Amino acid sequence: METLERILAEHPFFQQLGPKYMQLLVSCASNVRFEADQYLFREGDEANHFYFIRHGKVAIQIFVPGRGPITLQTVGEGEMLGWSWLIPPYQWRFDAQALELTRAIALDAKCLRTKCEEDHDLGYAFMKQFALVISERLQAARLQLLDVYGVRA
Amino acid sequence: MPTPFDPMTPNPYRIRRAHRETHDTFSLELETVNGDGALSFAPGQFNMLYVFGVGEVPISISGDPQQPRKLIHTTREVGAVTRALRRLKRGDTLGVRGPFGTHWPVEECAGSDVVIVAGGIGLAPLRPALYQLMAQRERFGKLALLYGARTPGDILYPHELQRWRAHFDLDVYVTVDRGESGWRGNVGVVTTLIPRAPFDPHNAVAFVCGPEIMMRFTIQELEKRGVAAQNIYVSLERNMKCAIGLCGHCQFGPTFVCKDGPVFRYDHIKAWFEKREI
Repeated sequence: METLERILAEHPFFQQLGPKYMQLLVSCASNVRFEADQYLFREGDEANHFYFIRHGKVAIQIFVPGRGPITLQTVGEGEMLGWSWLIPPYQWRFDAQALELTRAIALDAKCLRTKCEEDHDLGYAFMKQFALVISERLQAARLQLLDVYGVRA
Repeated sequence: MPTPFDPMTPNPYRIRRAHRETHDTFSLELETVNGDGALSFAPGQFNMLYVFGVGEVPISISGDPQQPRKLIHTTREVGAVTRALRRLKRGDTLGVRGPFGTHWPVEECAGSDVVIVAGGIGLAPLRPALYQLMAQRERFGKLALLYGARTPGDILYPHELQRWRAHFDLDVYVTVDRGESGWRGNVGVVTTLIPRAPFDPHNAVAFVCGPEIMMRFTIQELEKRGVAAQNIYVSLERNMKCAIGLCGHCQFGPTFVCKDGPVFRYDHIKAWFEKREI
């Protein structure tokens, strides 16, 4: 059976944080499982976890009155989900719903936030890694806005 | 004595089948007027289709190169000629010149992984390459198709994508820019699929076709993953008129898209691809 330590150590995201923090990460990590249609979190909830998706697919959604949930993006195997835990007011900005059976590793962000405040090297390492995730998502969102496949008038 | 080939003279073809693919795209299946001819082509090449009395447009061939009697073109209604093409029905005739241009280097990919990245209608000129790759599947390494469309309703060849997805030796990833209610597939731009696709970037060849901006970001993502510029091929679109490199309408830097392209090795055109003025 794969240990949490091995799973985390093999992932490039956690590798970048360095071996020094591996035990800390493992102590904050737990295996979680979500059935299809189950919500991982909802907009406005406290953002006290982030997730590393091992299997499955999660839709990041925004609820629009009169239209219902609109999927902005999907996140799948090997990807990180959630960065609101790192930025005040630590509340989710969107809903996250599993589209199929999804297995993930949840990291206790409340605990990590405190550790990041205590150890700025760890805080900086996390910031750098999440800045990369956020910039990739921002670039993808901008491309989506361009509507590149639409017919030009 | 056979008539010498004249690339400027359209040959009459009859429409065997015309059908809508999505709300704004359609396919035409053509046959020679006497029904016994065949037009051999290589994946990625295009023909000039002439609607008599309206005009001529370059359209990529989207059918199977191993079935040259079944000449298929898929296009989108965007202008006067393509709108006129859309109105043609079974039995109508049109003029065909071609095939023209360079092709996807399928043969040269033997032993390598092949990753195909298509956006929107860009899947049409890549479909012949997929047919050819699948026909000789054992000659290649991993094979991945990454396809991005605007919405689920804009997905081209959905039944074929499902069939391909059922193959154990072809990885098919589809994503849409805008999900609709009921859609349970991926949402996000096609570039987000590149890090997930199973291929060895150091032994992979990429074929890319779609809107130019989509290709620009796709190339960035492929290079980030480690695919070398000389292993990336793109298909460009310009205003092609003569199709034989005489008129200059499709000039792209020092090249003509009609005869030096439409399929280019990326490192050969990189300098001009990045120039906004071209």
